[in-house]
Amino acid sequence: MKIWKYNDNINTDMLFPGKYTYTCNTAEEIKPHILEDLDSSFAKNVEKGDIIIAGKNFGCGSSREQPVIGLKAVGIKAVIAESFARIFYRSAINQGLILIESPDAVRAYSKGDKIKLDIDNGKIIIDDKTFTFPKLPSEIVAIRNAGGLLDYTKSKLKNKIKN
Amino acid sequence: MDSTFVEKILTKYSNNKEVVPSQIVTVKPDHLLKHDNTAAIIQKIQPELNNYGVYSKTLPIIVLDHVIPAASEKTATNHKIIREFVTNHDIKNFYDVGYGVCHQIVIEKGLALPGILILGSDSHTCSYGSIGAFSSGIDRTEAACLLLTGETWLKVPNSIKMNLNGKLKPNVYAKDVILHIIGDISSAGANYCSVEYHGDTSQFNIDDRFTICNMGVEMGAKNAVFLVDNVTTKYLSSIKISASKYRPIYPDKDACYSQELDFSLNEMEPMVACPHTVDNVKPVSDLKGVEIQQCLIGTCTNGRLSDLKIAADILKNKKINSRVRLLILPASKDIYENALKDNTIEILLKSGGTILPPGCGPCLGAHQGCLAPGERCISTANRNFKGRMGCKDAEIYLASPATVAASALKGKITDPREV
Repeated sequence: MKIWKYNDNINTDMLFPGKYTYTCNTAEEIKPHILEDLDSSFAKNVEKGDIIIAGKNFGCGSSREQPVIGLKAVGIKAVIAESFARIFYRSAINQGLILIESPDAVRAYSKGDKIKLDIDNGKIIIDDKTFTFPKLPSEIVAIRNAGGLLDYTKSKLKNKIKN
Repeated sequence: MDSTFVEKILTKYSNNKEVVPSQIVTVKPDHLLKHDNTAAIIQKIQPELNNYGVYSKTLPIIVLDHVIPAASEKTATNHKIIREFVTNHDIKNFYDVGYGVCHQIVIEKGLALPGILILGSDSHTCSYGSIGAFSSGIDRTEAACLLLTGETWLKVPNSIKMNLNGKLKPNVYAKDVILHIIGDISSAGANYCSVEYHGDTSQFNIDDRFTICNMGVEMGAKNAVFLVDNVTTKYLSSIKISASKYRPIYPDKDACYSQELDFSLNEMEPMVACPHTVDNVKPVSDLKGVEIQQCLIGTCTNGRLSDLKIAADILKNKKINSRVRLLILPASKDIYENALKDNTIEILLKSGGTILPPGCGPCLGAHQGCLAPGERCISTANRNFKGRMGCKDAEIYLASPATVAASALKGKITDPREV
């Protein structure tokens, strides 16, 4: 498992360039361009289970959802940041990508540290230090547990028709 | 309990007696805005659309604006898929290629009204606070689900009160105000919050308010709003919407704000957001002499008639610098038509400008004016992110139409008070 470390204000154009927003929509089309203008080594070397650690305001900018779909598709286990921009945060809930807001954990991390995540119990363990993060509201957990908003909505619609 | 604007509107739309920040509520928006991304949205839910249809024919507003006219077979096919969807589902609010930028269309066609709730799969959906609506951006997946169900959840945000005090000096504009604010509080300064503008707001017309609300997302805001006043009602009656058609929402006197910030308008200067973040803001006087190769006046942030006229006043009977390309992007067909009638377009053309069709143009780097490595562009748009105009090795500076026009004349970043 690798840790990818980035700074503050990583915006949606760095995560996925705007010039591709109307030509790349599927996960397979998105994957080669993920983080293209931020870190050209990322798409080639990222592996399932890797974690991204970033500073403030991760995901600011456009409402495009390719960054979230792309990060999920390449197997990013979680993004831990000091803070996230709201549309990106919402989009991650909709796609089932795990985002953890923990300024303390981000500040405590230094290169080479080992990280363990316990998502269900809200814990990040960096070497011997444990950081906790609050659980999401039940409405949001329900969307995540359904596999994302599309599946959540589709099953809700089916149930509605049945009843 | 006294409530803020956003608390009141979310109380109304969630049928609660009151709501508090952090509470999650379910709402049914009045409209759902989408643009060229509609093709990708409907592809996510094709079987469900076939089975259940759309929740409502009047909920969606679809405007083709992002890559128009189509730049490739792929974007042309997207547009075709959208047109077929509109016909098959009898979508009532559809604006094909050439009408203009989606946010301008929503305001101009009277689809945004005071006190209503609009969500849109575009981050600059927050623009409709200029008319006293609550509006906010969502992603494509959520837009797809809304198309089917007509409802979604929202978290009640904290509210920030921004007091705009005093009067702007000549050659200082709404764009300078919002750049100043973002420079002060940072790109994340209003994250997850609802921003209310108070103070001496009557000096700002709807175009100015549009510019300021449009860039709310650039400081992380969920929505941004100017409260309805004579300026709003006058504008709405100019587009033939009488006061009986809407019910404005106002915050209570003792509403609770997480922050209250004061800004002195009379001290503000023309500002420029420097590469590569919108909060990297400096007074234009610090940047004098920075050479530029492209100038862009337009987009949803500053492509209205008043913006084009400000530029025309500066460029009248003059020629732009021979090393500069000046791209003009009216925000809508109506604006274009009015700018033709009053000779604004002629002035801009004669000065050396190139007029692009009403739409998003090169703002998102898909076509019509992308940059080359090493080039610099000064633009009236809302984002200067690395790579935004199609090239990661180019630089984008953001400024008012006056500053961009003055810079086009000189071929370098120029204070509009010096031309």
